[in-house]
Amino acid sequence: MNETQTFQLDGEDIPFAPGQSIMQAATAHGAYIPHLCWHPDFAAHGSCKLCTVKVNGRFGSSCTMAAQAGMSVENRTAELDDKRRTLLQMLFVEGNHFCPSCEKSGNCALQATAYELKMMSPHFDMFYPDRPVDASHPDVLLDFNRCIMCSLCVTASAEVDGKNIFYMGGRGLLGRRVHVSSESGRLGDTNFALSDRAASICPVGVILPKRRGFAVPIGERKYDKAPISAQVKERV
Amino acid sequence: MSDTDTIDAVLDRHRRDGTRLMQILRETQEQLGWLAPATLTRIAEAVAWPRAKVEGTADFYSFFHTRPLGRYRVLWSDNITDRMLGNIDLMDAMCKKLWLEPGRVSEDGLVSVDTTSCTGMCDQGPALLVNYRAITRLTPARVGEMVGLIRSETPVADWPAEWFAVEDNIRRKDILLGHGLVPGEALAAALERGPEKMLAEIKAAGLRGRGGAGFGTGLKWEACRNAPGQGDNPAHYVVCNADEGEPGTFKDRVLLSSYADLVFEGISIAGLVVGARKGLLYLRGEYRYLLEGLESALAARRQAGLLGANILGTAFDFDIEIHLGAGAYICGEESALIESLEGKPGRPRIRPPFPVTQGYLGQPTTVNNVETLAASCLIASHGSAWYLAHGTGKSAGSKILSISGDCERPGIYEYPYGVTVRQVLADCGATQCQAVQVSGPSGICLAEEEFGRRIAFEDIPTAGALMVFDESRDMFEVARNFAHFFAHESCGFCTPCRVGTTLVRNLMDKIARQHGSPYDINELFKLHRLMQGASHCGLGNSACNPVFDTLNKFRPAYERRLMSLDYEPAFDLDAALSQARQMTGRDDVGAHLSTHLPNGAEA
Repeated sequence: MNETQTFQLDGEDIPFAPGQSIMQAATAHGAYIPHLCWHPDFAAHGSCKLCTVKVNGRFGSSCTMAAQAGMSVENRTAELDDKRRTLLQMLFVEGNHFCPSCEKSGNCALQATAYELKMMSPHFDMFYPDRPVDASHPDVLLDFNRCIMCSLCVTASAEVDGKNIFYMGGRGLLGRRVHVSSESGRLGDTNFALSDRAASICPVGVILPKRRGFAVPIGERKYDKAPISAQVKERV
Repeated sequence: MSDTDTIDAVLDRHRRDGTRLMQILRETQEQLGWLAPATLTRIAEAVAWPRAKVEGTADFYSFFHTRPLGRYRVLWSDNITDRMLGNIDLMDAMCKKLWLEPGRVSEDGLVSVDTTSCTGMCDQGPALLVNYRAITRLTPARVGEMVGLIRSETPVADWPAEWFAVEDNIRRKDILLGHGLVPGEALAAALERGPEKMLAEIKAAGLRGRGGAGFGTGLKWEACRNAPGQGDNPAHYVVCNADEGEPGTFKDRVLLSSYADLVFEGISIAGLVVGARKGLLYLRGEYRYLLEGLESALAARRQAGLLGANILGTAFDFDIEIHLGAGAYICGEESALIESLEGKPGRPRIRPPFPVTQGYLGQPTTVNNVETLAASCLIASHGSAWYLAHGTGKSAGSKILSISGDCERPGIYEYPYGVTVRQVLADCGATQCQAVQVSGPSGICLAEEEFGRRIAFEDIPTAGALMVFDESRDMFEVARNFAHFFAHESCGFCTPCRVGTTLVRNLMDKIARQHGSPYDINELFKLHRLMQGASHCGLGNSACNPVFDTLNKFRPAYERRLMSLDYEPAFDLDAALSQARQMTGRDDVGAHLSTHLPNGAEA
């Protein structure tokens, strides 16, 4: 009946089903559009803006923009990757990211995307924000120094775990943060469990299991073996 | 009454409905002073929301406090017009008298003093809010008296009434401000026409949104009317956007003060057209003082059969409710406003879907500006042909302008569309004028050679703020004030705006400290290009406009501050010593690096 509809991503034909976003269709096809807050299992959040593409001369988030037949989408152009690099630098300077000592190094989507986009320095001055570490939970450590405000833990806890442990609150650069749903604000005072989906969803190193460090040596981790752009299919 | 009883009484009044969280938090805080952790827990349990979600709303809005901020909370309006009237000196004097640092609470928990975004009193500044009540026309004498009243812990209700007087300052009336309608007249005409013909009349009149974007009001109402209601309780809603947060804008304040009936009548007409039974007026927190007057105007309309069931003896049922905001500029964006109406942080939604199909509570919703709704009454009463006779071919009707800054007669001016900026400047008594900021920080900055341009959708579309700057003003400082405004008001949702607005602010501060270089100017342009394309909503997209405009039109204001180097690091060794200076109580020559002496000092 219906012929498969396609659009073009950097000149390549990408098939899509009605209702799919540009990101969903590209990912299903194995094409890489840089992103951090998007996850194939959840509705688009649209906040990191790494997935910004250009459609008919206009910028838009590929995770929220519906694919349409015949549209021509620019993705890995020098102009767009340059903007993405700046966005990455913004994410690095607004938090406290010390890759060499981070347990997530090599498994971190932020770090891997920075390598992919050849980000060589933070460029801007570091903000060094004062962000808390929460070690109150018996099995899980929260280190908000690395948070990139993607909201994936919020969504996973609400939609998969049915617990609503996290919520994005606050305003602006200094105010915006993940709230933990207890009067003390501590994770230990919630019913969060290491087996929760939210415990393994963090693309960076905020939510870490306790008593397990560097089990896989640096150099042999997920993004050490192949760049993030070569691991698109594995996400679906 | 115990705190728990107070909280429960508020909760019961709002039917323990989480979508009413903004009102629950505000009323609770008005009585208890702040929102303590236990207070939020109790509210969360009562409305059956996750506690973190309630806390997320509480700490999004500037006017909610999750820590005690003193029994007297003084917030100085910090628009550039307040600055030009000397607000910073007055605030410093106040802080000195109270032995306070801005932003800190006094040791005894009595008072805190800070700045806040424009409170909409630009025609009668410098202005402030004390416990969220507006005080205008501040002078050193008034500040002195105020400190005395705070020290003696005199309740704000007992402070001199004239301090709280807010003048309308209407300087020029045209068809809207000189409308001559009696309450019910326009609504009766609309009811007689019926919704279809009323909609056709609005479309024929070419009415466009007065909030600045200029979207066709008829098209918006039609899309909302045609969208089906959703789910088990289908409904349509009208929302009046009175979150007048764009610095320099105060026309809605005047419309709601002295033309409330016209506004409510416009909301009712919109309700009739889109098929709504309920209208919501979202009033910015800074206009809290208008609430009681607006509530009694609503009561009078109910009494007169202009609201409620069977309005004017027809089958039309409609009522209006007022929601108060709590200090967040972003809520002027219609989808953020709807989020706020639903009790959540004001974060713009992903669109589509647009509010006309899925708005308040997921139902078709039309969000219109106060002035747009008021103007619809004129079309209901006089018809589209009459309305089209005013204004220009592409911009029918009139526009209310809020004029402030360097002019003899700041205030409210209504003109038919098409008036030139030069004419407006002459009428308000602006001489030696260097620049005019139109539509506030997110709008455009006009230099003298552009004063022949016209206020009209085909030339300068605007919500109507004109801030006037004479030749003595430093346009760099104007742009820097706006950069601080956007950094404070960014909701923080998307990366480019959350981080970019602060980077821009820091670059402007660096240039102000005379540490800038051409490199920093290039950085500003780079951030402008990124934020304009990649931001989630209009705030981030337009946040660099004032910097971009002034860089292009008033470049010398920047260049005379630059060091003649290619690059200057942001790290400022002298500034790094400031803490040591503060701790040792020194500010003498020996406590500064030789290259960074305070003005006038010599090594």
